[in-house]
Amino acid sequence: MTNLQLVFPEIFLSLSIMFLLILGVFKKDSSKIIQNLSLAVLLITAVITFNETIGINEVKLFNNSIIIDYLSSLMKIVTLLATFLVLIISSNYLRTFKIFKIEYPILILSSVLGMMIMINSNDLIVFYMGLELQSLALYVLATFNRDQIKSSEAGLKYFVLSALSSGLLLYGCSLIYGFTGSTNFNVIANQLGSSEYAITFGIVFILVGLAFKISAVPFHMWAPDVYEGSPTSVTLFFTMVPKVAALSVFIRFLYVPFLDLIDQWQMILVFLSIASMLFGAIAAIGQTNLKRLVAYSSIGHVGYALAGVATGTNEGMQSSVIYIIIYILMNLGLFSCLLMMKRENQYYEKIDDLSGLSKNHPMLALSLMVILFSLAGIPPLAGFFAKFYVFKSVIEQSMYFLAIVGLLSTVVAAFYYLRLIKIMYFDKEKEKYDTDHGFWLKFSLTFSTLLILFYFIFPSQLIEVVSRINII
Amino acid sequence: MNFPILSSLILLPTVGAFFLFFTKGNKKNNFTVKYVALFTSFVNFLLSIYLWILFDQSTSDFQFVEQRVWIKDFINYKVGVDGISILFILLTTFITPLCILSVNNSIKERLSEFLIAVLIMESFMIGVFCSLDLVIFYLFFEAGLIPMFLIIGIWGGARRVYSAFKFFLYTLLGSVLMLVAIITIYWLTGTTDVIELYSLGIETKYQNLLWLAFFSSFAVKTPMWPVHTWLPDAHVEAPTAGSVLLAAILLKMAGYGFIRFSLGLFPAASEVFTPLIYTLSVIAIIFTSFIALMQEDMKKLIAYSSVAHMGYVTLGIFTIQQQGIEGSIIQMISHGLVSAALFLCVGVVYDRMHSRLIDTYGGIVSIIPKYSVLFMLFTLAALGLPGTSGFVGEFLILMGAFKDNFLVAVVASVGVIIGAAYMLWLYKRVIFGKLINNDLKKMIDLNRSESIILTSLAIPTLFFGFYPDPLINTIEVSISDLIETYNFRLASKM
Repeated sequence: MTNLQLVFPEIFLSLSIMFLLILGVFKKDSSKIIQNLSLAVLLITAVITFNETIGINEVKLFNNSIIIDYLSSLMKIVTLLATFLVLIISSNYLRTFKIFKIEYPILILSSVLGMMIMINSNDLIVFYMGLELQSLALYVLATFNRDQIKSSEAGLKYFVLSALSSGLLLYGCSLIYGFTGSTNFNVIANQLGSSEYAITFGIVFILVGLAFKISAVPFHMWAPDVYEGSPTSVTLFFTMVPKVAALSVFIRFLYVPFLDLIDQWQMILVFLSIASMLFGAIAAIGQTNLKRLVAYSSIGHVGYALAGVATGTNEGMQSSVIYIIIYILMNLGLFSCLLMMKRENQYYEKIDDLSGLSKNHPMLALSLMVILFSLAGIPPLAGFFAKFYVFKSVIEQSMYFLAIVGLLSTVVAAFYYLRLIKIMYFDKEKEKYDTDHGFWLKFSLTFSTLLILFYFIFPSQLIEVVSRINII
Repeated sequence: MNFPILSSLILLPTVGAFFLFFTKGNKKNNFTVKYVALFTSFVNFLLSIYLWILFDQSTSDFQFVEQRVWIKDFINYKVGVDGISILFILLTTFITPLCILSVNNSIKERLSEFLIAVLIMESFMIGVFCSLDLVIFYLFFEAGLIPMFLIIGIWGGARRVYSAFKFFLYTLLGSVLMLVAIITIYWLTGTTDVIELYSLGIETKYQNLLWLAFFSSFAVKTPMWPVHTWLPDAHVEAPTAGSVLLAAILLKMAGYGFIRFSLGLFPAASEVFTPLIYTLSVIAIIFTSFIALMQEDMKKLIAYSSVAHMGYVTLGIFTIQQQGIEGSIIQMISHGLVSAALFLCVGVVYDRMHSRLIDTYGGIVSIIPKYSVLFMLFTLAALGLPGTSGFVGEFLILMGAFKDNFLVAVVASVGVIIGAAYMLWLYKRVIFGKLINNDLKKMIDLNRSESIILTSLAIPTLFFGFYPDPLINTIEVSISDLIETYNFRLASKM
């Protein structure tokens, strides 16, 4: 019985998804109800997760294939809350495009379910199942605005490339299984000694698959197109939530079975990290579409998060988790601004559309400026602390090259963030945008901006929450 | 002392900015907005004077220290002042109200936002000068970029975007290496507390790289040749009040950093790199003085003269002589007053004629006599005429330099002559000569607020020129202690 109690959040979520699906089919015009119920489901799941599992030290279930510990509980709660915020601010956008349908929240819920399974996994097969569940839901979400060619193209691109990477990942899993005789992380860890080099191949393939999911360079090619083509609310989801799950799998996969092989994978991660940071910074400079720009900036930010993982220490991993949490917050604010740039039922997403925003909408421009400075990592905003913790752990491992390249790429990245600020503040104003945004959109913008702005007053709280993660 | 006077100094301007944030609006409010800002900064000035009165000059210990846990087991919020930092705080709180007073004519739109930026800037700068933790220092040091970027970018001249970007990216690039160094120091010693680090010391073998990392940040900020090129651009495009803040206070953060961190934490490395600093300083003094001689834009000329003056400052600091460092600090204070005044002087004629080119002017001595007198005074102070504060600083620096290295001192002294040449020539071309441009005849002399600003800058310039004792007494003990520790560390190879 205790076993089931611990996976109760997942069970509750899957039952709710089925129930909502049936409700949606039988009741006409029920998209609003489904939306609200989904929000409730997300919150309830988060609360259950918090109540049932947060205090638990480490429990393995179902023949050790699922692990419940502090890392998984924390990441699941972050995922659920982030999804809640995404859902709550996307309804206006969906209504404008007349795609406010029952499938949207249900697909999001199923992908969240997949992510929760990924986060829980202590076994390659369970991990792969979760990954596919979330990916399949995401493919459909990318094409959600199916009357638009760009959206369909995005979905198709995502599907083809993602399937390829899943194939590589699966091949890696099979290699590891072949050489260790098990798919369980703990058994693998015990079987390492004999065939280290063969296993390295497996690790490389799996890392390729994971790097693809988290959009790290050089497996990032899908990200800009998909981010640009998908509906903005889906892009918001893409940039935030799957990264949390992928990062926690990264951590679990590298730290539990393969920590002894750190010499083998550390170089790969350092490369992924440096390449992402530099490429994200440089490629974003030439962009004219805001969503594309966000795609490149998110590639860069993934690089910083991976830098923490690359250290192979508890501290580094914790700093990555802090980074991703703060990054989610900043992205939420950024996209809230994007969703506010609406005029007569049309959304504007070119960089030039920001022009002179500070004259027409001073508060919106101010919030966006705070968020952008924070993304650039300028103190005393939250984004600086995120980078600070990561580089602190990196330097403690004497990985100076990574630290210096990372910090220099923040300077390059600062350029394009500054360019946005310049356009908002220094350029001539254009027509005004609508101001009748829903309560939740305003709420999420205010909420994220204030947290970013005043994070420096209470920086230890987040650290305390995260420092309880301990998986080595 | 339970009253947290330093935190109040840091916070007060921000609180004022917060009020301004809610009082912005129509044209009518501009009046209120300005007086709220002025009031805040003036109260802050009085508070800092009070701080100076309470300050105990007989000890080199940090005073008014406040400590609070900020990030558990890692960083404490710790502030305090000693003889070295207190003068910079005074300078900041003194210049800011004058800046706010000067916006009358130059800032036409978005006044309340401008004042918010200035006040927040003040908070950050005071924070820089009194933080006693490396991370806190870095936080304030970097955070100052945001308001300054906006000040240049929003209210600047024609090429403001280019200048704002150049300013921001140059400084950021210099600073990130300092961040690496700070984290490394934490990793080596387990603390970022400056007082603790002073007593612990840092192993010699690490010092050189750490020193260079700090240097990269301070050199850009100072600015030293050859990374000075952002300064003329930033100055020329910034609005008058922005130039004043930049020249009077922002540049001093680096000089302060050199004394507090480069000398205090890395004595062995400072000894190694002294020739480098000497070379760069001397090049800055001679080379930029010649460049200044060639300028046609008044603001650019003063900007280059700032680079030259800061060359004296870095030279003085690294003589590691009592006179040299004292001279550097006094030179920084004096330059803070004089360059602020000179930029304001340029601002005065610019507001009337909308030209900064020297060619535009000439022969205005009979039209605006009051202005000409004050401009004369500051010109002379800038070239270091005895009786002005500029002389005291320059003289002490050269004295220190002669004790340490004769050749460098001789070359630096030559710089004084070129300095006199470009300043006097500027004055001659602007004020004297034939009145050719007929538009100039319509110019009106200083109005009330301009007179108040320039006079209040002239008084300390003259006062400290004749009687620099209050300044020297304040810094003396701290500096002799600093040098003593420095030499002790050097002798014991720490």
